[in-house]
Amino acid sequence: MNIETRREQFQPPSMLGNILRKLHIDIPLFIGLLLTSLLSIAILYSTGSQETAILIRQAARIGLAFLLMIVLAHIDPYQFKRYSALLFGLGIILLVAVLIMGQIGKGAQRWLELGFFRFQPSEMIKITTPMMIAWYLADQPLPPKAKQLLTAAILILVPTFLIAKQPDLGTALLVASSGAGVLFFAGLSWRFILGIIAALASVTPVIWHFMRGYQRDRVLTLLDPESDPLGRGYHIIQSKIAIGSGGIYGKGWLGSTQSELDFLPESSTDFIFAVFAEEFGLFGSLGLLGLYLLIIGRCLYIATQAQDTYSRLLASSLAFTFFVYVFVNIGMVIGILPVVGIPLPLISYGGTSIVTLLAGFGILMSIHTHRKFLPI
Amino acid sequence: MSRIYSVKDNSGENRLFLNRVVAAFIAITLLTSGLIVRLVYLQIVGHEHYSSLAKDNSIKIVPLVPTRGIIYDRHGKILAENLPSYSLELTPEKVPDLDGTLSRLQKLLDIPDEKIELYQKLRKRQKWFTSTPLLLNMNNEELAKFAVAMPFFPGVDIQTRLIRHYPYSDLASHVIGYVGRINEAELKDLPIAEYRGSTHIGKLGIEGSYETQLHGKTGYAEIETNVQARLLNTINEKVPDPGANLYLTLDIDLQKTAYDALGTFNGAVVAIEIKTGGVLVFASRPGFDPNPFVVGIANDVFQALQLSENQPLYNRALRGLYPPGSTIKPFIALAGLEYDAISPEHNILCPGYYQIPGVSHQYRDWKKGGHGSVNLNKAITESCDVYFYRLASTLGIDHIHSFLQKLGFGEKTGIDLIGEKAGLLPSREWKRSRKNQAWYPGETLITGIGQGYLQISPLQLARATATLANRGSVVTPFLVNKIATARNTLPGPEIHQQTIPLKPANVNTVIEAMINVVHSPRGTAKGINTNISYQIAGKTGTAQVLGIKQNAKYNENEIDFKFRDHALFIAFAPADDPKIAVAVVVENGGHGGSVAAPIAGQVIKQYLQDNDEHRNP
Repeated sequence: MNIETRREQFQPPSMLGNILRKLHIDIPLFIGLLLTSLLSIAILYSTGSQETAILIRQAARIGLAFLLMIVLAHIDPYQFKRYSALLFGLGIILLVAVLIMGQIGKGAQRWLELGFFRFQPSEMIKITTPMMIAWYLADQPLPPKAKQLLTAAILILVPTFLIAKQPDLGTALLVASSGAGVLFFAGLSWRFILGIIAALASVTPVIWHFMRGYQRDRVLTLLDPESDPLGRGYHIIQSKIAIGSGGIYGKGWLGSTQSELDFLPESSTDFIFAVFAEEFGLFGSLGLLGLYLLIIGRCLYIATQAQDTYSRLLASSLAFTFFVYVFVNIGMVIGILPVVGIPLPLISYGGTSIVTLLAGFGILMSIHTHRKFLPI
Repeated sequence: MSRIYSVKDNSGENRLFLNRVVAAFIAITLLTSGLIVRLVYLQIVGHEHYSSLAKDNSIKIVPLVPTRGIIYDRHGKILAENLPSYSLELTPEKVPDLDGTLSRLQKLLDIPDEKIELYQKLRKRQKWFTSTPLLLNMNNEELAKFAVAMPFFPGVDIQTRLIRHYPYSDLASHVIGYVGRINEAELKDLPIAEYRGSTHIGKLGIEGSYETQLHGKTGYAEIETNVQARLLNTINEKVPDPGANLYLTLDIDLQKTAYDALGTFNGAVVAIEIKTGGVLVFASRPGFDPNPFVVGIANDVFQALQLSENQPLYNRALRGLYPPGSTIKPFIALAGLEYDAISPEHNILCPGYYQIPGVSHQYRDWKKGGHGSVNLNKAITESCDVYFYRLASTLGIDHIHSFLQKLGFGEKTGIDLIGEKAGLLPSREWKRSRKNQAWYPGETLITGIGQGYLQISPLQLARATATLANRGSVVTPFLVNKIATARNTLPGPEIHQQTIPLKPANVNTVIEAMINVVHSPRGTAKGINTNISYQIAGKTGTAQVLGIKQNAKYNENEIDFKFRDHALFIAFAPADDPKIAVAVVVENGGHGGSVAAPIAGQVIKQYLQDNDEHRNP
């Protein structure tokens, strides 16, 4: 008698429950993601660009991303583990290809032209890096020893460096933190973590040396937004005005007055939180943060319920990276972090990040719904 | 995971993992609290402050766009300037009844339907509370009519903008270039902070090549505005640095002479001041009127320009590639002398054709029956092909390639204009790598008379002529003489001085022969030697467009115009103290001597006359 039939004997199957189980969908996570995506369309509508074309495009992307999520949820996590190294290697090759092509074509290049759409290898690497590190650590005794740490550090730094070179600082940061997340959850010792922080602080001048002019500008304008009031500082000043003027209750949906001043070419992308906070106020902002925390909490819960090391390392790292997304984006919009190009997850306009994010949640759902012994 | 199951402490790992999840959750909560504290600070504590900024009196930071630099010719004549232009603009959010207002305006000012449609399209793309132009470049009558009716049109304004204007229209359109609206591709590569507020960018020619200098530095003003977006007060201001004025080496009057002299032909004229390398004439005909590009050229007009058989948008002087024909002969002759392949006095017999020993193919001379006994001077004067077939054969392609390369053929001249083409100077290596074929002796022969693979631009030809006249001191052409900002005046591009070591006697021999081309009764360009008080050294050239079959005859009158030969001419003057070098290419002009030479003659004459006047007024 196999597990499936045994479970059915214990649990009287409800119709809906059955269908959902067949779909491999995790309901709380699904609802959280759906709500956030709907919010995205509502806010995009309000950012002044009430062009239906943009809304339709965004809706289509969200639909596609959900589809991909469900497809991935159907794949057994064992398969993800099996192909981790292969996918990671492929991603690195594509990154190198993009870099070489970029050098030929002069200037920044982040995507490969695949006929009808553009593929960004850096998006793929956001997921394959934690997969790779989790795969590598899964069969090692944990917590990781110095040797494993060194290998893992190299595996993380290679894609990070390749992406930073594109140059795409925001994505590089996300890739690095997704890999570092795996190490953290694998039990990297606290002493080591503190050591890393100290080391990072000491190499800051070196990093500064290698930064591009505009990246330096971004850091400088964070420290002193008034220094470039026409450029980056302008965004910070204006987004603070927008958020602050929203007050506790906000100005209501479509009530944003600051977004239509010519203040943000990025009001629908990286700075969309400013519009949100202006229209929905502190309550709205807290609500959105709450929604994000629910999603993150559910992901961490899934990680604790996962049944093998690979799954739980990957799941917890994906949850952690999602939080980094939220924290860095909102942090930069409210002016406590540098302006690096990271979108507000699931809300900002722009296709690739939504697809990657939901692919990650698809993997999480796969991990959760393919457990061999369901709690009864 | 079962493989090393024994060394893994599963329950220990589980505990460790749970600890980490808890730690992560605590960290996440703490960091989120940080965000919340900041949000509370902004939205509760700072609410009043930010509201007042946002609401009634909002502080806006507006870019102050610098005025674009003016482009002058060498005598201070304006080639590109900024003229005020009035446009009728509407801010949709401030107009009570937009459709009604539009139809009333349409009646008042006789606006065609397309413009209303275009406005509707533009308006939807704009952000809120942005004024969008309905009519650009209003004339006086429209201005007067609207000024009277203005009180009845709330939300409609007359805006003054400076728009770029090119007074010489098509005369120097390729070299000056034009500005046009910034497109999306350009926006990605621009320094955004510098171009906030700028709508136009230099696209071609000097306007494109010197964009940074002409644009200037954007300033900004922090202004306080009320709900109606009316200016209340300027709090802080950083004035923009206006763009630098450029003084070109170009002489627009001389350019006009050259351009007019080309008449109805397509072609190019380049004249260079030998001592400096300053370009005096950079004409490409047909030209086009750059002014419509500034305000946005209509699609059908642009299509017509692009599809025109005469290719008016094409800068022939910079990018046109032609076989040099016989104009290459003085350089081949000099190569022959420098490599000791010939002596000037040595005579050969020209029977009207040349054969490679053992090959039946006859390489024909342009003159049926031949030139008889020919030495170097006569070979250049009468442009004897047989002499140069033979010389090329003696020199070999390797020597020809290396010598012509020193003179700048096959390489960009380095002029301060974007989009230059390098042309083609063939060599054994080139043919092997490009065509995967060996080099044939016959190809050396036709290279010797400027045919075959050889491709040069008029600019390269003028430069090589100037370098010859300068006796080996390489002339590097440039266009911008001075870059004048409000604070200082800088020179144009940096020129690296280079010299090709040449024996003076050899140069004299070639120059004497080139003088004969113009001044001897048998010279191929003798038509231009009347009424001049100085000597011109020149060389005619005719470049085949169509291959002529063995034994066939080329008859100009029977051939379709577009397959007629290109006429070329190079010259410098005065021959004893060279000041100006000219290269002329007339597409399908037929003969260099009769069509191209007179154009160069006119340019030289006017330049030398003007410069005399300037010296002794």
